[in-house]
Formats: sequence, C-alpha cells, structure tokens
Amino acid sequence: MTEIIQKVKNLSIGFKSKKGEEILILRNISTNIKKGETVGIVGESGSGKSTLALAMMGYVKHGLYTIGGECEFNSSNLLKMKNRDLEKIRGRKIAMIPQNAGQALTPNLKIGYQIDEALQLHSDLKEEEREQKISELLNKVRLPSPETIALRYPHELSGGQQQRVAVAMALAGTPDLLLLDEPTTGLDVTTQAHVLELLNFIAKDTGTSMVYVSHDLGAIAQVSDRIIVMYSGEIVLEGPSRDILKKPIHPYTYGLLKSIPKLSLAGLPQSMPGSQPQPGTMHRGCSFFDRCDFSEEKCKSNSPQLEYLEELNTSVRCFNHKSLMNDSQVNQTVNKIKKSLQDKEILNISEVSISYAKQNLLDQVLNRISDDNPTVKDININIKKGETIALVGESGSGKSTILKSIAGLLRTKDGVIKFDQKRNLSSDLKERDPNDLRIIQLIFQNPDESLNPNHTVEEIIAQPLKLYFGLKGEELKTNIKELLQKVRLGEFYMSRYPRQLSGGEKQRVAVARAFAAKPDIILCDEVTSALDVSVQAAVLNLLQQLKEDFGTTYIFVSHDLAVVRAISDRVAVLYQGRLCEVGPSNDVYQFPSHPYTEVLLGAVLEPDPDIKPKLVAEDIVEEKPPQKGCSFQGRCSRILGDICKNEIPPWQITNSGNSIRCHIPLKELQKDQIN
Amino acid sequence: MLFLIIKRILLGLITLFIVSLITFVGTEILPGDACTTYLERQAFGEQLEACYRRLGLNVPAYERYVSWAVNAIQGDFGYSLSGEMPIKEVLGPRIKNSLVLASAAIFIGIPIALILGIVTALWRDKLPDVAISTVTIFAMTIPEFISATLLILIIAIWLEWLPGIVIVPTDVSFFELLPNIILPVIAIAMIMTAHMARMVRSSVIQVMASEYVQMAILKGVPYWKMVFKHVLPNALLPAINVVALTIAWLLGGVVVTEVVFNYPGLGRLVIESISNRDLPTVQALAIILASIYVSINLLADLMTLMLNPRLKTLQIRK
Repeated sequence: MTEIIQKVKNLSIGFKSKKGEEILILRNISTNIKKGETVGIVGESGSGKSTLALAMMGYVKHGLYTIGGECEFNSSNLLKMKNRDLEKIRGRKIAMIPQNAGQALTPNLKIGYQIDEALQLHSDLKEEEREQKISELLNKVRLPSPETIALRYPHELSGGQQQRVAVAMALAGTPDLLLLDEPTTGLDVTTQAHVLELLNFIAKDTGTSMVYVSHDLGAIAQVSDRIIVMYSGEIVLEGPSRDILKKPIHPYTYGLLKSIPKLSLAGLPQSMPGSQPQPGTMHRGCSFFDRCDFSEEKCKSNSPQLEYLEELNTSVRCFNHKSLMNDSQVNQTVNKIKKSLQDKEILNISEVSISYAKQNLLDQVLNRISDDNPTVKDININIKKGETIALVGESGSGKSTILKSIAGLLRTKDGVIKFDQKRNLSSDLKERDPNDLRIIQLIFQNPDESLNPNHTVEEIIAQPLKLYFGLKGEELKTNIKELLQKVRLGEFYMSRYPRQLSGGEKQRVAVARAFAAKPDIILCDEVTSALDVSVQAAVLNLLQQLKEDFGTTYIFVSHDLAVVRAISDRVAVLYQGRLCEVGPSNDVYQFPSHPYTEVLLGAVLEPDPDIKPKLVAEDIVEEKPPQKGCSFQGRCSRILGDICKNEIPPWQITNSGNSIRCHIPLKELQKDQIN
Repeated sequence: MLFLIIKRILLGLITLFIVSLITFVGTEILPGDACTTYLERQAFGEQLEACYRRLGLNVPAYERYVSWAVNAIQGDFGYSLSGEMPIKEVLGPRIKNSLVLASAAIFIGIPIALILGIVTALWRDKLPDVAISTVTIFAMTIPEFISATLLILIIAIWLEWLPGIVIVPTDVSFFELLPNIILPVIAIAMIMTAHMARMVRSSVIQVMASEYVQMAILKGVPYWKMVFKHVLPNALLPAINVVALTIAWLLGGVVVTEVVFNYPGLGRLVIESISNRDLPTVQALAIILASIYVSINLLADLMTLMLNPRLKTLQIRK
C-alpha cells in the first residue's frame, strides 16, 4: 500500500452570516492524497474546491474559519498549527501553483528574486549555488534564456511564461505535495496544453503528489489518476479518473459531461437546468435534488451519504447510483442546429485593416492612420443573413479587434465594411446614425461588467427600447416582459439588480438587452467564457433558439474551439490579425488544413483520457506580426523556406469551399490529414 | 523617458501661461484699477492721468501683459501698492516663513501618517486599528479653525506654555520664529496626518488582500518579511501623489491656520492683498502658487514613474 501524504478528515469550513448563522462552504470532507498520485478536484464555481485546496496548506481565507475536522500532514494538523511552524511547511513540503500567475507574482520584485526568496527560505544553498539553481529551475520549466528572464519583472512576461515562473517557484522548495489551483485557466489553448504536458512531466520526473483543482474536465482528464467531484461543498463522487469520465455514476457528473461541447460533435450539448444552491440556502435532502433527472421522493427529505463501492474503488453520494451504473455510458446527444442561412449577404468585410498605432499631429490633420504593419490586415469575409460565423485564434489574434471595428468602437485603417450591400460602416460610432447603431448589437464576455450595477433589470432592458423605438409607459413594460420571457426569465426579475442574479441569469439579461434593439447582427464576444459549463450549454441553446426565431446573424468570438464547433456554421481562423483559413465548420474541424488550424485544434483538451492533445508547434508568444511574408512563419512546423518569409501566401480554395492561405500546395496539405 | 519629462514640463509651462492669462484678465475686468484705489476720492482729472502715466496704465492691456510677463519671468513682479515696495521683497520672507511651517509639518506629519496607516492596516479591526481610526476620523472632521482656536485656548491661554499668536516681524530669523510655529504646526499636522493615514491604511489593506500577498504567505515567507518586501513597496506607491498634493497645499499657504495664528506666511498674504485690492501682489501670488502645484505634481509623477517598474518599462518601450 502506498503511503498517504495528506489526510483530510471530516473537514468543515464556513463563515458566520450577518444573522449569526453558521454557513458552510465545505461540508464534512474526507479524503486522502497518496504519495506520487495526481488527484483532480472538479466542480463549478462556488463548489468549495479552492477552499479545500487552500485548507490542505493550512490556509483559510480572511472571513472564513474552520468549523470542524482536520488536514493532517506528517501526522500533524495543519489547521491548528502556529504560523511559525506553517512557514516551514509552506513552500518546502507543500507548494501552491496559483490560478492567475500574473496576479500572484509580486509586481515590484524581479522574477529571479522571487524564486531566490523561496530558495533562501527552504534550502541551505549559498548565494552562487542559488543563482545556479534559479537557472536550473527556469530551464526545467522550459523558459528560454533563464539568465535574462530572472532579471525581468513579472509584467514583462507573457501569461504562459508567468505560469511557468510560478511552477519554477513552487518547485524551488522541492515539495512533496503540489497544489494547483486552476493553473491553466486563462491561458491560450496551445499554451495550456504545453503547461499541462510540463506538469505531467514534472509529476513523473520528481514523483511529487499533485492536487489539481479545476472546473475544466478537459484539463483534469489529461493529468489526474483520481478525480474528486464536488458539488455545493460536498464530495459527490470520487474514484479512478478513467471510470469517472467514461462511466460516471453520479447524476451531476453525468449531466456535467453531457453539457460539455466536444470537438468531434457538431450541434449544441444538452444543458442541465437550474444552478448550484448558494451556501446557506441548502435544505434537507440531496443538494442536487432540484436539478437531478434521476431523483425520487426520498431524495427530497433524506440526504444521501458518501458510499464506498469496493468493486469500482469509487465513492458516490447518491441513492440511485445502481441504476445509473447500468446505462451511464455518456452517450452524448446534441441538439442539431437548424441552418437558417439565407442567400442574401448581410455584411461584407473587404480588405479591412485596423491599427492601434497612435496618430501623430500630421496624421490627425490629414485624418489618416499611418502604420505599415497594422494589428489586423487584409480581412475579407462576406457574411450571409442568418449565419453564425465564428472568429477563432489565440489572444492577440485580432478577433476582438475585428468585432470592435464592426461595432464602431474602432475605426478601420483601410477597407470597407458594408451592411446590406449599401450602408457603409467603416466609420466609427460618432459618424454612424442611430439606425446603423441599432442594427448591430454587442454581447460582452463578462456580464458583471457590462450591466450597470445601479440599474434594475427593467431599466437595463428599457434603455435600447426607449433609445431606438421611443417606447413609453405600458407599451415599454409589455415589451420588457416579452423579452424576459424570450430569455426564459420570469417577470419578477424586472425589479432585481444585477448583483441579485447568478452568472447565467446576468448573461440572459445581457442577451435580452441586445435583442431589445431588434438588431440584424449580434456580435458575441466570448459570451460563455465567464460561465460554468452547465450554464454555458443553456446560454448557447438560448442563443440558438433566439436566432431561429428572429433570423439574426451572429458573429461569434471565442477561444473555446469546442463551443465554436457547437454553434457556428462557418469558422474563420486568425493568427496575428491575418486570416489563415475560412470555411464551413464541419470541414475545418474534420479536415484542418492550414498548419495553424492543425496546431490550434490539436491542442484542445477533451474530457476523455484517451484523447491526448497533439503539440505541433512551440508556444512562443509573438508580439507583433512579421513585416512581410506569412503571419504564421515564426511558429510553423512545416515552413518551406524563404518563400514563407518573404511572400504573403495566396488563397487556395478546396472542393468543399474552404479557403486556405498557405504556400504549401493544397494536395499536400490534404494528404497529411489522411495519414 | 527624457521625452516624457520634456513633454510634462512643457505642459506645466502651458498651464502657468493660462493661469497668468486668467489672473491678468480677471484683474482687468474688475471695476476700478490701481490708480483709483490709490487715489481714492482724488481719482479724477489731472491727478488720475498722472498716476496712469506713472504706473504705465495708459498703454493697451496686451502690451502691459507682455511687459509684465517678461519681467515676471525674470523674477520682477513690479511694485506692491500698499507698501510701495517691490513685490519681490514682500514675497521673499513670506515664502521663507511658509516653507518653515510646511517643512516642519511635513517632517512630523508624514512619518507619523505612514506608521499610523500601516499599523491600522496590519491590525485591521483589532484594538490598535479601532483606537487609532477613531482618533484619525475625529481629527479629520474637526475644521482647522476650531482645533487651532482650541489649541490657543488650552496651551497658550490656560497653560501659558507657548505664545498663542505670532507677533514677531515678518523677517525674523529662523530661531526666533521657532517657538511660534509649534502650535500652527500641530494644528496643520493633525488634519494632514489623519487624511494621509486613512489613505495609507486603505492602500495597505488593498494590497494585503491581493493574490500576490496570499501567494507570498503560501510560499512560506515570514510575516514581517512579507510586509516589508511584498506589501509596503506596492502599497506606498499610490501614496506618493497624495503626499505631493498635501505638500503643495502646505506650501501654498494654509490660509485659515495662518490667519488664526496671525502667522506671516503666504496664506495670510493672499488674504491681505485681496482685501487691500493690491492687484499686482495677487497676480504674483497666483503665479507662484500655480508654479508650486505644477512643479510638485511633476516631481511626484516622475517619482512614481521611477519607482514603479511597470510604468518604467512601458515608457521605455514606447
């Protein structure tokens, strides 16, 4: 039997409400972490997974306190330990890799110092040895030229590099246990795949135990041996990761897996109704009762206990797990999307370039933008009425920039954006008339920031109705009610403020506001990235339904390629502000032809331990597009030579209607897919 | 970097130019002028004409502005009306006195404010915080004319420890002035320290709640090392601008306190010259106060730029 390294026993953590009630964030958690194993903790936001990870370091956030139970490490309870003793364990025996390394590195201290600090605290090395060690560590996490990186400040590194520094810092104390709190959330797909691969390598290389906390089942599937699924502060399922991902015997996990869009499957995943209960609102009975498809009468009044099933080596908290066991292969059914494409072209983007370069005085006088290497260049896309076109690419690919230009927030440098063949939208907001503004609406990524916190839902939705249609009084109210009904929110939401809504509800309000203007085109900027998976599916389904009802055209921007696959008719792949490939989603996803599309799709993490990401290109970050030649030349693994460096590649068109911009002949690009 | 400094200095000069223009136009628009004020009831006919010629008021306004501006740049602000002496000589000792008062308040007030702010933040919601915060909020809310009057009543009149008001000549030496400034300094420092301590407190609390401080704790960094290495450098950066504004406010003359204590500083001079309708002095004061504000803010911005690695590289890259 392998040695147990961390033992969590009956742990409960919570806070006191204003009324003096004890409200639990973690409820009676028990689990063991064995030496050398990687345990994934999965759950949606608010499930208590981060609180649990922090407790494993003996850290409880300001405002929370331990109600009962212990976290035992080397047979001493970390939660009762004095700070002075904890300082000797933190960083040396147990180390943390934080979610957002950009925020977690102290901004005024150089990278080298921050790693050195860990070495000073947790090793007896002398100064020169430490310097040596810093280079070694930075090398280990595969950062280029460690000596120069060590002299930089955190903000001078890219997101992926910052995350690697955080890993190096954690490894400095050669810990026995590594806690990772969403270490890849917020990174680009390709970077994420590389960081995960690095973590896997480190786990094997050093034999360190890892606890990997994430909401992303795709990432968890790639790293963990065992998975713990959490729901509203409880463990609902715990077992070997393959079994849990392939044959989940808890209805929540089952629903969660079904609501994740897959790369291999077009169409929208099924959503799970409802949302996780807020801490403190739990009633008697099973906490998943409201959302469960398998619930019975007894689930309402009795709460199930965590039951260990020896034959599966799995613990499950459900009365009905036996019936699930028989047919719980996740057979994903999708709602096929109806094509509502019409032949009429609604938006023509031709030869558009956009620049962020500052105008000097002369340029301002001449009303021009001079920049020979603009952020976005030569964009040609014609969008049909009723189409959903997705722009994909990593951060810095210019996808949001293009959206901003269509919305009028940024003026174009060159080229024309034409609506309905006649109206020119190349100018910015100030020069557009109200009707031009009405026909294009935006939905933003984060509804917390896009909804005015001091307005009620009614006021928020009323605004476009008043502005564009001059509605008043009763008529206005009826319209608001109709819109709320459309986004499946009850009338009683009208008087609520955004802070009283859940993430999904807020995004629905934002959707209702966009539709209030009766727009022809809606720009969706990462609309589901801030939402939990189960909520994401519901919002996607809603968007699709509304589109079918109103015949709206969507321009959809997302870094999540599986989401794009689920909802879009056509995909445009962008790199450094230049188009690489445009084509029908089915073709692009099934036969990715452009080398960059291959890289991008290869790096997607699927919640299936059998599908490993393919790492084709290095995850270097380029700050600026190259002056000449192909935009992807810096990272392309199939680069032909000088031709790629000097000449802009031509468009090649496949039989199925894909346009690919590459120097490699079409036949060769397509041949490789068969192999 | 150099480009930025030059740009900021140019902007400052433009600001000063606009201020000088506004004050000049302001004094022109007001009914009456230096001669009518000076001559009072005799302000008519031959006498008035003679006065105009003597003071050069008979030439067009823009010409007067230009000659005034040219002289002002060289440090010559013309003659004060009330004292009939060069403004330069009136201002000199006043500036010195204000400087003495301000620096005393700064040297006492800023360290105390920093310590109080940091202590209250680190012991947030505990006894030291509750006690100090109550006192600072109290000190912030009492207007200075009340606290100054109370100080005079208690320390000067009841206890007779220190002189209550300043009755020395304007141009006394530093050491003769010293006992006189203790009470004004206390009155000013109280309100200034309270404001700054609150600022520092909220800034430190904000940084303490940041992810990088949590990360430092989870890295096993001992508490005080964390405070000095990870918290304070980041928390005190935004304080620089507040400190600069406070210094500018102090140097510009704390009008109310100076009047209450009869202190011969710039602030009292402002009041005096306005009530005497001594327009040339008012003009000169406006320009001097504006230059103090502009230059101290410029210094503060440059300091923030130097100390914040984030801003520094941003500028260099551009």
